[in-house]
Amino acid sequence: MREREDEWTDLMRSAISGDDAAYHRLLKAITPVLRAAARRGLARAGQPVDQSEDIVQDILLAVHLKRQTWDTSAPFAPWLFAIARNKLIDALRRRGRRIFVNIDDFAETLPGETPEPTASPGEVTAQLQGLPARQRDVLQSIAVDSTSIKDTAAKFAMTEGAVRVALHRGLASLTAKLRDR
Amino acid sequence: MDTDQLIRTLTADNAYRARPIGLALMLALLAAAPVSLLIFFAELGVRPDVMTAMHNPFFDLKFAVTLALAASAIAVSLHLSRPEASLRSFGWWLLIPAGILVAAISGEMMMPQRTPMMTRLIGKNSVACMTAIPAMSLPLLVGALYGLRQGAPARPAVAGAVAGLLSAGLAATVYASHCTDDSPLFVATWYTLATAIVASVGALMGARALRY
Repeated sequence: MREREDEWTDLMRSAISGDDAAYHRLLKAITPVLRAAARRGLARAGQPVDQSEDIVQDILLAVHLKRQTWDTSAPFAPWLFAIARNKLIDALRRRGRRIFVNIDDFAETLPGETPEPTASPGEVTAQLQGLPARQRDVLQSIAVDSTSIKDTAAKFAMTEGAVRVALHRGLASLTAKLRDR
Repeated sequence: MDTDQLIRTLTADNAYRARPIGLALMLALLAAAPVSLLIFFAELGVRPDVMTAMHNPFFDLKFAVTLALAASAIAVSLHLSRPEASLRSFGWWLLIPAGILVAAISGEMMMPQRTPMMTRLIGKNSVACMTAIPAMSLPLLVGALYGLRQGAPARPAVAGAVAGLLSAGLAATVYASHCTDDSPLFVATWYTLATAIVASVGALMGARALRY
């Protein structure tokens, strides 16, 4: 457990200094842990666990957009679990339940426990449709069609810089829509 | 969009760097400050006897209290903008201005006074103090909340209240140069009330604005 969390911290440090591969590995590594915890939280609140993937995506977006609040000299896991807990509480509250979220829900997930997503998440996809056209097109192209930033720029006759801006704004407005729905 | 696709998209955005929160807060406060200063110079202005007032230690102490409030609230605000942070470890910083105030009151008590205690406490500017500090705080509070939106506070209302303390501390620092009531008893009463109003407004606004 310790080892796993130290590895996350190292990956996040590399990610912040510009290593995209490390960032990708980190997000892949934390996802099953978040998924298991989201499922446990939903189950405890008497909610169907097949909504867990929406919560996982919510958490991943927050991790991404708030990563500047992580102090690179501190361990990564407590920061991650604080964000995850906040998002899980939000999600359960939105479903109108009294909430019992334990921080240990996250910390206790065993490394071997890697549940696969059960249902395809709908909330991010639904909110995607409400974005301004430019942001939506860029997100669609990069996320769903797996087109690179470079090819997306060529496709829409934009500069790569403009694609990057639209991508980041798109992620930020997507998160705002998910929060305020 | 499935989760693998989302992860790939977030990775594509890894190059984006948000401003550090300290910088975002500072820039937002600098943008808001002219509005507060405009209110001050249009409606109040520095008191005419400021040069002689500066020789009165109780005049200077007002600035020590308000600046201590602003500085400690800025430090606590930055701390609270982290998701895993709570008031527990840093909250006592906010007691520093209160401590200075208590020391100032005891200092004044030990000195011979020409005016009775209640007269000093009630002063002449209580209404001005209670309106000017909140009015000058409001632009700063909006700025502070805007800057702090970069953060991820666990309790947005608490973070908003501290942002209120921060703006009240800065506004009161400017207001203190106008106010002719220098007794720490006056400061402890009216400045504190005005600050409490701003902190409550900050809590209400922060509960919405600082959610992430």
